[in-house]
Amino acid sequence: MRTVILRSIAPFLTSLMVLFSIFVLLRGHNEPGGGFIGGLIAASALAIYGIACGVAAVRRAIYFHPIAISAVGLLMSALAGVLSLFAEVPFMSGLWVYPHLFGVEVALSSVLVFDVGVYLVVVGAICSIALGLEEGDRD
Amino acid sequence: MEPLFALLVGALFTVAFYLFLSKHVIRVLMGAAILGNAVNLLIFTAGRVTREVPPVIGGGNDVLVQGAANPLPQALILTAIVISFSFFAFLLVLGFRAFQKLDTDRSDEMRVAEPVREASPPLGY
Amino acid sequence: MSAAAPATTLLVLVLPFLAALVAPWLTRRLGHNAAWVLALAPLAVFVRFLGFAGAVADGAAVTGGFAWVPSYNVSFSWLIDGLSLTFALLISGIGTLIILYSGGYLKGDARLGRFFSFMLLFMGAMLGVVVSDSFLMLFVYWELTSITSFLLIGFDHTREASRRAAVQALVVTGGGGLALLAGLLVIWNVTGVSQLSELFAHGDALRASPFYLLALLTVLGGAFSKSAQFPLHFWLPNAMEAPTPVSAYLHSATMVKAGVYLLMRLNPVLGDTVWWETLLPLFGGATLIVGTLLAVRQTDLKLMLAYTTVSSLGLLVMLTGFGSEHAIAAAVLYLVAHSLFKGALFMVAGLIDHETGTRDITALGGLRKAMPITFVAAMAAAISMAGLPPFVGFLAKEEIYYALWAANPWSLAFVAVAIIGNGLMFVIGFAVAIKPFFGAPVATPKAAHEGPVLLWLGPLVLGLTALAAGLLSPLSHRFVSSPMASAVAGRAETVTISVIPHLGMALLLSLVTVAFGIAAYRMLDRLRAGMARLLEAIGWGPDRGFDQVISGIVRLSVAVTRIIQPGRLDIYMTVTFLLIAAALILPMAIYGEWPSMPAWPEDAQFHELVVIAIVPIGLLAVMLARDRLTAIVSLGVQGFAVALIFMLFGAPDLSFTQFMVETLAVVILALVMTRLKLLASDHRPTGRKAVDLAVSLACGGGFMLYLLSVTQQPFNTALSDFFGAYSKTIAHGANVVNVIIVDFRGTDTLGEIAVVMVTALAILSLIRIRTPRPGLIADNDPDQPRADLGKAN
Repeated sequence: MRTVILRSIAPFLTSLMVLFSIFVLLRGHNEPGGGFIGGLIAASALAIYGIACGVAAVRRAIYFHPIAISAVGLLMSALAGVLSLFAEVPFMSGLWVYPHLFGVEVALSSVLVFDVGVYLVVVGAICSIALGLEEGDRD
Repeated sequence: MEPLFALLVGALFTVAFYLFLSKHVIRVLMGAAILGNAVNLLIFTAGRVTREVPPVIGGGNDVLVQGAANPLPQALILTAIVISFSFFAFLLVLGFRAFQKLDTDRSDEMRVAEPVREASPPLGY
Repeated sequence: MSAAAPATTLLVLVLPFLAALVAPWLTRRLGHNAAWVLALAPLAVFVRFLGFAGAVADGAAVTGGFAWVPSYNVSFSWLIDGLSLTFALLISGIGTLIILYSGGYLKGDARLGRFFSFMLLFMGAMLGVVVSDSFLMLFVYWELTSITSFLLIGFDHTREASRRAAVQALVVTGGGGLALLAGLLVIWNVTGVSQLSELFAHGDALRASPFYLLALLTVLGGAFSKSAQFPLHFWLPNAMEAPTPVSAYLHSATMVKAGVYLLMRLNPVLGDTVWWETLLPLFGGATLIVGTLLAVRQTDLKLMLAYTTVSSLGLLVMLTGFGSEHAIAAAVLYLVAHSLFKGALFMVAGLIDHETGTRDITALGGLRKAMPITFVAAMAAAISMAGLPPFVGFLAKEEIYYALWAANPWSLAFVAVAIIGNGLMFVIGFAVAIKPFFGAPVATPKAAHEGPVLLWLGPLVLGLTALAAGLLSPLSHRFVSSPMASAVAGRAETVTISVIPHLGMALLLSLVTVAFGIAAYRMLDRLRAGMARLLEAIGWGPDRGFDQVISGIVRLSVAVTRIIQPGRLDIYMTVTFLLIAAALILPMAIYGEWPSMPAWPEDAQFHELVVIAIVPIGLLAVMLARDRLTAIVSLGVQGFAVALIFMLFGAPDLSFTQFMVETLAVVILALVMTRLKLLASDHRPTGRKAVDLAVSLACGGGFMLYLLSVTQQPFNTALSDFFGAYSKTIAHGANVVNVIIVDFRGTDTLGEIAVVMVTALAILSLIRIRTPRPGLIADNDPDQPRADLGKAN
C-alpha cells in the first residue's frame, strides 16, 4: 500500500486529521464531538500514516510510547476528578473558571481536563493496537 | 419507526449468533463485531427513535427542546462503541495468536485447556 | 461490673489470636522455651474468666458485646454463664498446660513456631465457640475450629495418612458445621431471635413449631459430627495422626466436646421432647458401646485412648438426652472429669512415646522406676477414669448411676450399656496406666528415662486437679458443677454428691462395674483377639465407607464434567443461545404477553428505508461470503449503514464514532486477515447449518419480540428529562450526550477508559509475547520431569 501518492499525501492528511480531532474534542461540550470521537479520529490519522509511511515513522512522530500517552490520559482524567475534592465538593464534580486570555473569555473546567484525558486514552490505546498489528511480530 | 428497528435488531442478532455457532474463529470474530452493533441498536431503539434533532441545546435555550433525541441511550452507546471495538481488537489478536500457536482456526481443534482424553484426577489424598 | 469490662473481655477473646501472630517470631528467637512466654496468653484468659466465677456462681449470666451489622441484627456478643464459664476455664487452663507440653514435645522441631501458631489459633476459635452469644459468631468460630483442627491433624503433611485424616476430619466436621448453620437459620426463622441469651425464652414456641424436627435434626447433624457420634465416629481415631499435644487438647479435652456443648446449650430450648429423649440416648448409647469395643481391639496407646474418647462422648450425649436432674449433673461432672483425665492420659501416652520411642502397649513394661513422675500422673488420671474414689471421676460415675437407675425397661437397658461401657473404660484406663509401668522392664527403642519438666508438668497438674476436684467437692460444686448444671437445665440446680460413698443402688452398680472391669482386664488379650476376629469378619466400616464416598464424588464429578464440559465451543454456544432464547420467549409464551402486531410505519421516508435495507444486505453478504475480502467489506457495509442510521435519527455523535470505529475495524481486520491464511467461508454440513440457523433465529426473534414489547410500553422520560433540563444550567454544556459522559456520569467514563486502556495493554502483550514452537505446550506440565532441565544444570 506504500504508493507514492499515498506516501506524499499521508503527512498532510494526518496533520489535518489530528488538527480536526483536537477541534472536535474542544467543541465537544456544546456541539457534537468530544474525547471519544476526537481520539478515534486522531488514532485513525496515525493508523493511516502508519500504513503509508511505516510504523517507525509514526513512532518517531508521536515521540512517546502510545501506552504511555494512554496512561497519562487516564491519570489526567482521574486527577480531574480528584481536583474537586480540594474544592470540598464530591469526587468528579465539575469545576469552572473563566479567565480572560488576550481579551477573550475562555471557559476552562475540570470537565475539559477530563475530556482531554479521555481523548489521550483513546488515542494511545487504539494507536498502540493499530501499530502493534501493523508491525506484527516482526521485532 | 420502532417496529422496523426491532426487525433490524432481530436480524443483526440472528446473524451474529449464526456466525458465533460456526467453528471458525474468524467467523466468530465477525459475529462479535455484529453483536456489538446489535446491542447498540437495541439500546438505541429502547430509548425511542426520533428524527434528525440531535440532543444539543441550541441557541439561547437553557433546556433541551421537546422532540429532540433521547440523550441517555446515546451516552451509553458512545462508550459502548469504543469499548466493544477494543474488545473486538483483543479477540482478533487472541484468535490470531491462537492460530499461530495451535496451527488451526477451528474451535473444536483447540483443545489445550480441555484435552480430548483427559486423565481422571487422582483418587488418593 | 466496671465500664472497662467488655473491653477486657474482648481483649482476652482475641488474645490467643494475637499470640498466634507472634508465636513464629518468638519461637525463632527463643526456641522451645517460647512455650513459657506463649503460655501466658491462655493463662491470662484463664485468670480473666476466673474473675467471672463469683458472679456466675450466684446465678448471674454475664453478657456483653458490640453491634456488628445492626441492620441484620448481627452482633459480636458473648454469653458467660455456668456452662460457658466451665468450658472457657477448661479450654484456657488445659490450653496453658498444652502449650508448655508442646514446647517439650516438639523441642528442636523446625516447625514448632507454626505449631504454636495453629494451637493458639485453635484455642481462640474454641474459646469463641463456647462464649458466643450470637448465632453467626457461633457458626464462624465453629467452622474455625474445624479448619484449625484440619491444619493441626495435617501438620505432618508429608505423610499420606496425615493428609487423609485431616481431609476426613475437615469433611465430616465442616459438613456438620453446615448442617448446624442450617439448623441455626431455622431456629432464627422460627423464633426471630439471633442470640442464644434471648433464645431461652422461646423454647416453648420452638418446640411447638412444625419446623422443630428439622431444626433438631440439623443441629444434631452438627453436634454429632463434631462430637464423633456413631456412625460418624471414624474421623476421631484417625485424627490421632496429629502430634500428641493436638490429640490431648483438641481430640479429647476440648474440640470434640463442642458438639456436647451445643447439645447442653440448646437443651433448655430443644430438649424435653420425645425426639430429643429418644435420639440422643440411642446414638449416645450406641457410640458408648461401639467406642469401648473398638478401644479394646487396639494396642496403640493413643488409639486406645481415642476410642475411649469416642465412647465418653457417647456417654455425655446419652446423659444430656435423658435430661433429668441427675442426668445433667452426671453429664456435667463427667465432662469435667473426662477433660482432666483424658488430657492427662494423652499427655502421658505422648510422654512415654517421646521417652521410649514406642507407644505399642505390648512393647512396654516396667517403666515405673524410670519414669516415676509420669507414673504418678498416669495413676491419678487412670483412677479418675476408672471412677474410683476420691477422684472427681468417682463423683461422675456415682451420679451417672443415680441418673440411670429407674425401674423401667428403657432405663435398665441403658444401665446395662453404661455398665459395659464404664467397665471397658476402666479396663482401658488401667491398661494405659498399669501395663507400661508394672512388670519386668522391657527393652524399648530408646532407653527410658523421665522426661523434662515441660512434658510432665501438664499431666501431673491435671491429675492433681482431678483429685482436688473430688476431695474439695463442695467448692467445685459451688463454682463449677452447680452453675453449669443450672445453665444446662435452664433452671437453678444444685449438685451435692461427695466422695463419701453412701449405700444405695448407685454404689452397688459402681461395684458391679468395677468387678466387670477387673474381670475384663484379666481377659484383655482374649477380648482383643476376639474383637480383631469380629472386625475382620465384618470387613467394612464407616472409615472405608468414607474413602468410597470420596472417590465416588470424584468419579461423579469427572463424569458430570465430561458431560457438561465436552470441550467443544459450538456446543457451549448452542446451549447458551438456547437458554437466551428460552429466557426471552418463554415468559411471553407463559403469560401470553406477546407484543401486538405493529402497523407499517407510514411516516417512514424512502431514504430511511434504503439505509435500513442496506444493513440486512450487508449481513447476508457476510454470511454468504466465499472469500475473506468480501466478508470484510460486507462487514464494513453493515457497520457504515448502522452509522448512517444513527446519523438519520438524531445521534451525530454516535454516527461519527461508529464511522471511525468501523474504519479502524476494517483496517485491523484486514491487517490480521492478510497474515492469517484463513478461509472465511463456511465448512459446516448443511444439516448443521440448518440447526444453527434455527437456534440463531430463535434468539434473534426473541430479541425482536422483546424490543417490540418494550417499545409498545409507555416510555418513562424522567431520566432523559433530567439530563435535558440540567445539562446547560448546572454543567454548562449544550451537547447533552457529552455532558452525560464527562460530567454527570464521569466516574463511569473513568472506569470505561480504564477498560479501554487495559484492553490495549492486553493486546500489546499478546502481540509481543514470544510464540513457543508448537508441541512445547505439553512439556510445560510442572509435574513432569523435563529431560532438558537436567542437562542444563
